[in-house]
Amino acid sequence: MTSLPAQPGAKRLGLVIDLDICVGCHACAVNCKQWNSGGIAAPLTDLDPYGAEPNGVWFNRVHSFEAGDGAKGRTVHFPRSCLHCAEPACVTVCPTGASYKRAEDGIVLVDEQLCIGCKLCSWACPYGAREFDEDAGVMKKCTLCIDRIYNETFDPVDRVPACVSTCPVSARHFGDLGDPDSAVSQMVAARGGYDLMPEMGYAPTNKYLPPRPHKDSAGCTGALAELAPAIPAGSGGLLGWIDQLLSR
Amino acid sequence: MHPSFSVIFFTTASGAGYGLLALLGVLAPLGVTPTSSAFGFVALALALGGVTAGLVSSTFHLGHPERALRAFSQWRSSWLSREGVASVVTYVPAGLFAIAWVFFGTISALLGALAAIGAVVTVICTAMIYRSLKPIQRWHNSWVLPNYLALAVMTGALWLALLLQTFGAGNRGVAWLTLLAIVLAAVLKLGYWRFIDSSASASTVASATGLGALGTVRLFEAPHTSENYLLKEMGFRIARKHAAKLRRIAFLLAFALPFLLALVPLFAAGWPAALAALLAAPLATIGILTERWLFFAEAKHAVTLYYGSAAA
Amino acid sequence: IRPGTDGLFVLALIHELLRAGKIDEEYLVRYTNAPWLVIQDEGAADHGLFARDGDGRPLVCDDATGAPTDARDPAIVPRLAGTVTLADGRQAVPAFQLMAERCLEPRHSAERAAAETGIDAARIKRIAAELAHAAFNESVVIDQPWTDWAGRRHERMVGRPVSMHAMRGISAHSNGFHTCRAIHILQMLLGSIDTPGGFRYKPPFPRPIPPGLKPAGRPHQITPGKPMAGPPLGFPTSPDDLLVADDGTPLRIDKAFSWEAPLAAHGLLHHVISNAWKGDPYKIDTLFMFMANMSWNSSMNTAGVMSMLTDKDASGAYKIPRIIYSDAYASEMVAYADLVLPDTTYLERWDCISLFDRPICDADGAADSIRQPVVAPDHDVRPFQDVLIELGARLGLPGLIKQDGSPRYPGFYADYLVHHERKPGFGMLAGWRGADGTQHGVGAPNPKQLDAYIANQCFWRSEIPASARYFKHANRDYLDWAVGMGLLDKAEPIVLNLYSEILQKFRLAAEGHGAVQPPDEHRLRVKTYFDPLPLWYMPFEESEAGPDAFPLHAVTQRPMAMYHSWGSQNAWLRQIHGENRLHINRRRATALGIEDDDWVYVTSHHGRIKVQAKLMEGVNADTVWTWNAIGKRAGAWNLAPDAKEAQRGFLLNHLIAELLPERGDGQRYANADPVTGQAAWYDLRVKIEKAPAEERVSEPHFATLPMPPHSPARPDVLRYGGRFRIARAGGER
Ligand SMILES: Nc1nc2c(c(=O)[nH]1)N[C@H]1C(S)=C(S)[C@@H](COP(=O)(O)OP(=O)(O)OC[C@H]3O[C@@H](n4cnc5c(=O)[nH]c(N)nc54)[C@H](O)[C@@H]3O)O[C@H]1N2
Ligand SMILES: Nc1nc2c(c(=O)[nH]1)N[C@H]1C(S)=C(S)[C@@H](COP(=O)(O)OP(=O)(O)OC[C@H]3O[C@@H](n4cnc5c(=O)[nH]c(N)nc54)[C@H](O)[C@@H]3O)O[C@H]1N2
Ligand code: SF4
Ligand code: SF4
Ligand code: SF4
Ligand code: SF4
Ligand code: SF4
Ligand SMILES: [Mo]
Repeated sequence: MTSLPAQPGAKRLGLVIDLDICVGCHACAVNCKQWNSGGIAAPLTDLDPYGAEPNGVWFNRVHSFEAGDGAKGRTVHFPRSCLHCAEPACVTVCPTGASYKRAEDGIVLVDEQLCIGCKLCSWACPYGAREFDEDAGVMKKCTLCIDRIYNETFDPVDRVPACVSTCPVSARHFGDLGDPDSAVSQMVAARGGYDLMPEMGYAPTNKYLPPRPHKDSAGCTGALAELAPAIPAGSGGLLGWIDQLLSR
Repeated sequence: MHPSFSVIFFTTASGAGYGLLALLGVLAPLGVTPTSSAFGFVALALALGGVTAGLVSSTFHLGHPERALRAFSQWRSSWLSREGVASVVTYVPAGLFAIAWVFFGTISALLGALAAIGAVVTVICTAMIYRSLKPIQRWHNSWVLPNYLALAVMTGALWLALLLQTFGAGNRGVAWLTLLAIVLAAVLKLGYWRFIDSSASASTVASATGLGALGTVRLFEAPHTSENYLLKEMGFRIARKHAAKLRRIAFLLAFALPFLLALVPLFAAGWPAALAALLAAPLATIGILTERWLFFAEAKHAVTLYYGSAAA
Repeated sequence: IRPGTDGLFVLALIHELLRAGKIDEEYLVRYTNAPWLVIQDEGAADHGLFARDGDGRPLVCDDATGAPTDARDPAIVPRLAGTVTLADGRQAVPAFQLMAERCLEPRHSAERAAAETGIDAARIKRIAAELAHAAFNESVVIDQPWTDWAGRRHERMVGRPVSMHAMRGISAHSNGFHTCRAIHILQMLLGSIDTPGGFRYKPPFPRPIPPGLKPAGRPHQITPGKPMAGPPLGFPTSPDDLLVADDGTPLRIDKAFSWEAPLAAHGLLHHVISNAWKGDPYKIDTLFMFMANMSWNSSMNTAGVMSMLTDKDASGAYKIPRIIYSDAYASEMVAYADLVLPDTTYLERWDCISLFDRPICDADGAADSIRQPVVAPDHDVRPFQDVLIELGARLGLPGLIKQDGSPRYPGFYADYLVHHERKPGFGMLAGWRGADGTQHGVGAPNPKQLDAYIANQCFWRSEIPASARYFKHANRDYLDWAVGMGLLDKAEPIVLNLYSEILQKFRLAAEGHGAVQPPDEHRLRVKTYFDPLPLWYMPFEESEAGPDAFPLHAVTQRPMAMYHSWGSQNAWLRQIHGENRLHINRRRATALGIEDDDWVYVTSHHGRIKVQAKLMEGVNADTVWTWNAIGKRAGAWNLAPDAKEAQRGFLLNHLIAELLPERGDGQRYANADPVTGQAAWYDLRVKIEKAPAEERVSEPHFATLPMPPHSPARPDVLRYGGRFRIARAGGER
């Protein structure tokens, strides 16, 4: 059913991505593809894999941006995957019911058996989170790793999405953004986590944490702008100076 | 947006078909058209043929055309589903209208009106598919719906004029209607173009990344070095110069020439009018195909903000 | 920072810290050779060496008596400055004083460093202040008593939270060795090495400085049919350890441990092919290599190396007669081999990551691991380790056969992992040793060892006791633990080298002392660069080519998503990095009239390439860079001839020469660090100009390589995981 759940549940599972520390290694994207190749959305088909235009289906893509000019500027790596929006038009536009949002946890999924491959949902997603599998003729997308997060055969610590578990710098966090007391919600509150393109009105569940301000001004670490010479120059030559320094 | 031929053909053909159907549904009961079965047959075959060809072609771009029936299920939320339902529902009065006319010589005002309503509703659904897509600001605006409706009426009128001329039943009223429809459609199209040229989208690379506070945001590296589905489907870009040229061609073929040709019956009935009508409808149709190609090609999707566009 | 100038930057930081007296004297006295007395007797054969007592123990000046005393006496407080008269009447000063004098020279001031590094003086001073603030005002304290080597108990572990990490950006310059030393010395001065919050050792480090291994390979150490007397790589401690003939000519084909690269602890792989081709120092009949893509991204002067590999002499014979190569993929190098030994991938074989090599330890524990085969090879390949073991057995090499001549490791590499012992009790794997598998570190081979690893997910780890985790170089618990684990031979403290006596020994040889001296053409070089004190000099390519002809630095960076050329054949990773661009500072590029995607010529003293540009903010204005090893040769790796890697990808390696430009005296030195022979990949200097864009193909562009016979056809589509899903769905989809 592509109408949104009449009564959305309180639980809103999603990701929090820390742009301050993401190093742009693509490990989350690669592990996402690897994990999901063994899951309900498999295969994440690759076309022309060894040719001139290799292109495949991925659920997570890592962009790199530069923001600001010169020394004030910075490189920001920017992973992009489905935000499991609260008001996702990708669901409501779907003519078949293939695209749906779960009431119990807010996860947005595609039922490939129902999908006719009209691609309209991908047009309706501002975030480019849906990728069409030309070979299979159906739309595919991030599953929030439902086959991990609810997987009873896993140790509880491992019940997180593949992209989260693999991130070498812990730039990705998983949790319930509907619960203001959850670790992810607290993190969002503390760090000023934000929505992408809020003007679209999709109310994304996933949040991004902004890069922290540069610490590059004198005194910002509590240190002096420069160390005071301990001993005025010329007092007993170099040796005398060292001697005084060390015998303080 | 990638201009896919099946969708361009679909919207053009079904637009013309529904336009023609609506005009027939209203004008035939009023006695504006010939009442012969032959005319009814040819005109409704053309209208429903256009609609059907369009609908069939629209399934060509589906990944699973064999599952197309499922698309009727989500009319509560989806304009695409509504369009499917409306198009099928329209076949009922339209078919009965045709059968009554062609086989029983009865031109039912009720069935005609119902078919016309169905046609208009279907065109509205088609337009709303685009108009409702927020990520594509060049579609998500109030110019799109009137444009679709006016273009449907205009192409329908041109094809109707052609039919009337072919059956030697040229009609000044229809001639005036055609001219009016062309002017209206042209004005709306120009308005649309002006709008998309002058209005900036609310979304920018700054809002897409949330990094605007740090300064100018530029793409340093895309996630992949060859094109993926997103770029092929939604990253289509057309050079400004190229677009301007195509707009001129579209305007000439869709509006300017048909307008001049549509003037002919007002001054010279008989073969010049017939010839003019014969030229005008196909020319306009080619013009509308070009216009529709541009409608896609000039539409920018918000996802391109993640791939180097500053605004979408 | 401007590449190649980090050493000067660090010396300027030290300069600032010294001027302000912001150093950890206690740390220096306890753990480094800062107080050791250095003989001051210009011209003497032991000038600049440590003053020692009759038993060879280094001396310090006891602050209480002013007299030279055993440096290891824990009871005294040594001085860090001031001249001392030794028993023989000669003078000596503490190493610290020499170091301080060097670093306080005006050439190491922040102002002078600013001009070279491009970092303004105020910023250098600010960073020095921040280091001092972190180290001394924000110490990290762990309430954990510990005991040092001398038996002194310390109630807490006090750390200086300053830690520095240096890798190729430092070492791949011809001044890299000294820059590394400067960085290390800075951390010694701040007292942060292996303290809480500081730079920390991972086992098997710290090791004695230098480790006791010396390279073997001198004529008397090589007897046909006998094992070599020692390992081929090691750590020379004086000219006597060099692998040179009496006339000073190198003994190894790569010239490692010769006067050209005396401390070449890693060897000089990037010189093997050109030396073999030249017959310098001698000709070889067979070049046998594995897992090194030497005809492509792993060589300097790549096009030149490719022609050397196929070059013939006047008689029409190949200059390098036979080439044997083992690779797991159809790399660019495979095409040049006479005999290819197709290896398995790591999924199909046993492997180990041993404490003997570069293990997976962390600062709190020792660890090693194995890999086990998880899939059967799908074609005719064999693990290279197995091949080597079998070759050795067939050749009758003593280490690989039993007394009766039968193979010692009939189970090949898996057998070797378990049963080979370097010395009794020491094997490749440290876990579950001893006949019953209960010993760790040292112990007799355990026939069930691999099963134990597999049962533990292929890993072994042993936690360092809490009292032993910091100050490892001087921590008694650690030293004892490390000896127990077989990581150290003796539980002796490891004294950090603020001053390098070893370098001074080589310098003395260059000055005419000792039996083994450099040939004249190397004297000045050895004397200059074997400086026992920290040193910065301009990288050679820059100083020799001059700053103007080639005004820009050109460096590479490893893309995180790929490992050198591996990954190019990986259908997923090559979607991420299928081609590379030359990244240029936006303002610099604009001044040169270059825009995004323009084609540009990049020229060095050695060659010219044509590549596509990409402008960016985040790069030093004097530097251009690209991702390493993205460019591929068409046909290699089963890539289509029109693959982007070959059409638009490129290597900087074509611009890098293995030798520096000729000098006045006809000498061409290696493009490497003069002390260690480490390849100076990042010394490259270039100029850039716009190139015509007609042919949108990078240059040089090489003929497409044929695929090796029996290679699988290139698939058009990959549906990984599709079969799993069909199977799960009961065969239906
Ligand atoms: N993903 C991945 N990981 C790898 C490898 C790989 O290929 N891919 N290779 C492995 C191998 S063999 C090695 S040797 C290591 C190397 O590991 P790193 O040394 O970390 O290697 P690079 O990323 O190439 O880093 C070189 C960096 O130094 C910068 N640089 C160049 N010159 C200077 C300079 O003068 N000063 C400073 N401060 N910076 C400079 C470059 O811009 C670049 O960012 O990585 C290992 N890990
Ligand atoms: N311009 C520039 N050049 C550089 C560097 C740089 O920073 N800049 N870095 C340099 C450095 S630090 C290094 S370490 C070198 C690295 O250069 P290489 O060591 O040559 O690294 P790779 O290209 O990864 O090639 C290793 C080869 O091993 C093969 N291989 C992979 N798996 C296996 C296996 O299981 N068995 C066998 N037998 N073969 C296998 C691969 O197919 C490949 O041909 O590059 C150097 N070159
Ligand atoms: S990110 Fe896109 S695909 Fe995901 S829920 Fe939102 S609109 Fe739908
Ligand atoms: S592509 Fe599939 S999931 Fe997307 S809108 Fe069409 S039918 Fe629904
Ligand atoms: S949650 Fe799972 S499916 Fe979604 S991006 Fe992460 S790894 Fe991929
Ligand atoms: S794995 Fe982590 S650091 Fe790497 S790109 Fe993904 S989010 Fe960034
Ligand atoms: S290749 Fe990646 S996962 Fe493996 S050791 Fe290196 S950084 Fe870690
Ligand atoms: Mo390396």
